[in-house]
Amino acid sequence: MEPAGGSTTAASSGGTAPRASEDGQSEPVDELTPEQLAAQWEEEKPPAAGPLANMASSLVVLGVGIGAVVLSISMGLGTPSSPQPGLWPFVISCVMAALGLFQLILGRHNRDAEKFTRMSLAPLTGLVTLAAMVALMPLIGFEIPALVLCIIWMRFLGGETWRSTLLVSAIVVAAFYGIFVLALGTSIPHLF
Amino acid sequence: MDFLNPVINGFAVVLEPTNLLYCLIGVVIGMLIGVLPGLGPAATIAILLPLTYNVEPVTAIIMLAGIFYGAQYGGTITSVLLRLPGEASSVVTVFDGYQMARQGKAGTALGLASIGSFIGGTAAIIGLTFLAPIVAGFALDFGPPEYTALALLGILLVATISSGAKAKALIAAALGLLLATVGRDIFTGESRFTFGSLQLADGIDFVPIAMGIFGLGEILYNLEERHRAAKAPSKVANVWPSRGDLRQASGAIGRGSVLGFFLGILPGGGATIASMASYAMEKKRAKQPERFGKGAPEGVAGPETANNAAATSSFIPLLTLGIPANATMALMFGALLIQGVTPGPQLVEQNPELFWGVVNSMYIGNILLLIMSLPLVGIFVRILRVRAAILAPVTALITLLGAYTINNSMFDVTLVVVFGIIGYLMKKFGFEPGPLVLAFVLGELLESSMRRSLLVFGGDPLGFFGRPISATLLVVFVLVAVLPVIRTSIAKRKPPVAAPAARQDIKEKV
Repeated sequence: MEPAGGSTTAASSGGTAPRASEDGQSEPVDELTPEQLAAQWEEEKPPAAGPLANMASSLVVLGVGIGAVVLSISMGLGTPSSPQPGLWPFVISCVMAALGLFQLILGRHNRDAEKFTRMSLAPLTGLVTLAAMVALMPLIGFEIPALVLCIIWMRFLGGETWRSTLLVSAIVVAAFYGIFVLALGTSIPHLF
Repeated sequence: MDFLNPVINGFAVVLEPTNLLYCLIGVVIGMLIGVLPGLGPAATIAILLPLTYNVEPVTAIIMLAGIFYGAQYGGTITSVLLRLPGEASSVVTVFDGYQMARQGKAGTALGLASIGSFIGGTAAIIGLTFLAPIVAGFALDFGPPEYTALALLGILLVATISSGAKAKALIAAALGLLLATVGRDIFTGESRFTFGSLQLADGIDFVPIAMGIFGLGEILYNLEERHRAAKAPSKVANVWPSRGDLRQASGAIGRGSVLGFFLGILPGGGATIASMASYAMEKKRAKQPERFGKGAPEGVAGPETANNAAATSSFIPLLTLGIPANATMALMFGALLIQGVTPGPQLVEQNPELFWGVVNSMYIGNILLLIMSLPLVGIFVRILRVRAAILAPVTALITLLGAYTINNSMFDVTLVVVFGIIGYLMKKFGFEPGPLVLAFVLGELLESSMRRSLLVFGGDPLGFFGRPISATLLVVFVLVAVLPVIRTSIAKRKPPVAAPAARQDIKEKV
């Protein structure tokens, strides 16, 4: 485990509060007070991301905000009494850009963002399988992609045994076929 | 008697077999996801939205409501037995519930929680029955300026009360408002942010956004978070609390009902805050506060009562004003809109079957839940043996295939995956997804009421302050927006006060 990314509890704009106790782990597991329990949960959370990640997310927000401002202006603003389509998006995107700027300057040391760790490979893998399924469904139906997705998620992301993986995946796909194709008669692309 | 007639007719609606069945399905699903750590009620409701397309509006909402308050019951079980809160609203139950379980009183803790939940829920329904028509009657005079102020206040409150950085929650809300503008402008008919895409011309549907951000985003996030392996305990004996326990907890149950009811009504309030407030109140009131954390029955009964009361009463702003008080209610709002029903003050008058059907279904649902959580608790404990590794792909597939069935189009499925990525990244970077969905739902109402009011006021924004109700709401809006800034600057001068750590650490699971 990472050393919890330093121990700064800087709360610049309503971020984290000082933790009550940090010695949760030295206690026997069952004898914790609520405060120690909360502290232990805090420690077990994924490590917080550094200022760089906070900056990056603020920049994305700022970018989206400014982009939307530009697009809104090109739609025409008009006046409050006779607004053009761009006025309302303009107002929101200004607020968004301002908040992004605020976050960029003051929110750098917030600890509410999580670091990407090796564990983050799991959602990435999950995402790739989902995207593959979306791409393949119209071509070869949902059954094979769904089966592959189940196998990958259970065996490699979930650490199930091969036996239970194959068994449960087959049952799951068969059940979905039964529900969506046979029982409900939906037009989901299917191979069989 | 005029008042009671529609109420009684509502019972006729609930007792229709279809509605009873969906009520049962709803509370069972709610109970299940409450027991399973991971998916929360909002994610579940989002994933199951496509199910509601083919049923009557009242049936749909009865089921979704059942999921919501059923989860409050279910979340208790894992808190008490495993020290793993199944839901965010059951986190404080862990402190005393698990200690009671260690002292061999797990059954008592669960029994007290169920009875408290039942009483809190029922008290809140009675409150809802009498209060809702009054609020709705009052709100009938609301015009566009009042709705503008109300929607603004609702979004701001939900954003400020959510955990994490307020600015980030507000950014999420702004993104939601921006997403709501995609498509044709209702006033001029011009396209906005469609980038020439025909599929975006009608705007983005609410369902793919909710399913992606709440459903898939949460599934992806959980893939990484790996819940600590839960060892299911073998047996829970004697769930019926003794008379002495009940007497000891009765005060907490009473106070929890009232506190939860009122915290549930407030925008941004809801079950999680209610349970925490109740725990704090019980501890403060107790003659021996040191018993808390060591198995005090009040510490279980109070919060569990309060979270159920709040879950029920948070329907009031939705059904009477058309303003969802929290993210889950935003989903209900969306589900009603899909059905062609616009929640608002006219709902009680124009659609009494729906209004009273939903309200009265909660009585039935609470009774069903009481039955399930007292005698049948053993069955639900056994559910804990289902492993997350198996559940994750199943929920992911339900989401994808369900998304396809909305319009029989792959475009919706693609949208769900895209919003799933956004939802995952938002959670990863500390942006609450709740305000985004809430703001998206309210976006169109907010824009159209604001533009209508400005037309009336001849373009003068000060006109909002010329009407008493909108002026009051906007003053509250400014106070809520400015107060935290003042408070932090004061707090910086004073030495920091050690707040109870639990409150900050609880992340609202949606």
